[in-house]
Amino acid sequence: MSEPRLIKIRENVLKHNDVLAGTLRQRFRQAGVFVVSLVSSPGAGKTAFLEKTLTILGNKFRIAALVGDLATDNDAERLAGSNALVKQITTGTVCHLEAVMINKALEDWNLNKFDLLFIENVGNLVCPAGYDLGENIRLVLMSTTEGEDKPLKYPTIFNTADVAIITKMDIAEAVEFDLDKARKSIQSVRPGMKIFELSAKTDIGMHEWIKWLEEKIGDSKLTSAFEN
Amino acid sequence: MHELSIALSIVNIAVETLEKNGGGKVERLYLKLGKLSGVVKDALLFSWELACADTLLEGSCLVIEEIPIAVYCSVCNADRRLEAANNFFCPVCQNLAPQIVQGKELELTALEIV
Repeated sequence: MSEPRLIKIRENVLKHNDVLAGTLRQRFRQAGVFVVSLVSSPGAGKTAFLEKTLTILGNKFRIAALVGDLATDNDAERLAGSNALVKQITTGTVCHLEAVMINKALEDWNLNKFDLLFIENVGNLVCPAGYDLGENIRLVLMSTTEGEDKPLKYPTIFNTADVAIITKMDIAEAVEFDLDKARKSIQSVRPGMKIFELSAKTDIGMHEWIKWLEEKIGDSKLTSAFEN
Repeated sequence: MHELSIALSIVNIAVETLEKNGGGKVERLYLKLGKLSGVVKDALLFSWELACADTLLEGSCLVIEEIPIAVYCSVCNADRRLEAANNFFCPVCQNLAPQIVQGKELELTALEIV
């Protein structure tokens, strides 16, 4: 019997996803599309937040949205009322979106026709963490009903996100939500993270978020203009 | 629970490598798994047998090295190990330390073949 031999590999297990996400990111940049993805637990208010954001920005930007769920196209129907072009990605039993699903969903879209693309991930605070989708910015949403320590319980997803959005602020008092404690939890898992506190229902805090996003889109267009 | 799809990715990379290197029977696969990778060791091991079934890796053993989280502390000017993923403070000077230097690994490092 021959001696065992060792083959060195040193390969990232998610290499295929990372490579494809890199290609998508390049395509988005070339087409001048700014991409924002959203992750949260089920029921945190991703769709309501997106609905409101699309309504406010719909007259200013050409927007598209991809929404992921295990089943149904209810979310796409909800968003259909806006000016945005919306497509549902149903993942079957898969608990997260991957770059290959985004790539496939974009097949029959001309990216040059959009300024802004939102990608709403499957409601899940665990599995989407490791999968790059080629986005410019990843938002993690948590609602006031979920408790202030959500970030401490799911640190990995908060760590991969760029911005935290606390939703359902209109009922914060009724559910005895401690905003300071929530801010501390977020800073403890992702020091320096940008936080917005808002309600898509009553519009509190929406203005600050929209203003910030528009600035980011402007900065990105400026950078691309210099590169080209 | 996405560990099965991670296990399947590992199988694909390993089979590809094996075929490129003239085949053989894989005894062990070595994986580095960071505490911030979002992948749970036990769930991955649990999925392993299923992922390998009817492939060239059937009967192989997945050896997982867990990589702790380390951050760079700009106050101490040193890398520091963190015990938990939800407490990004330097364990020595207690200042916030957001810069991760280690702990996101999800890397297949080697195959042992007989």
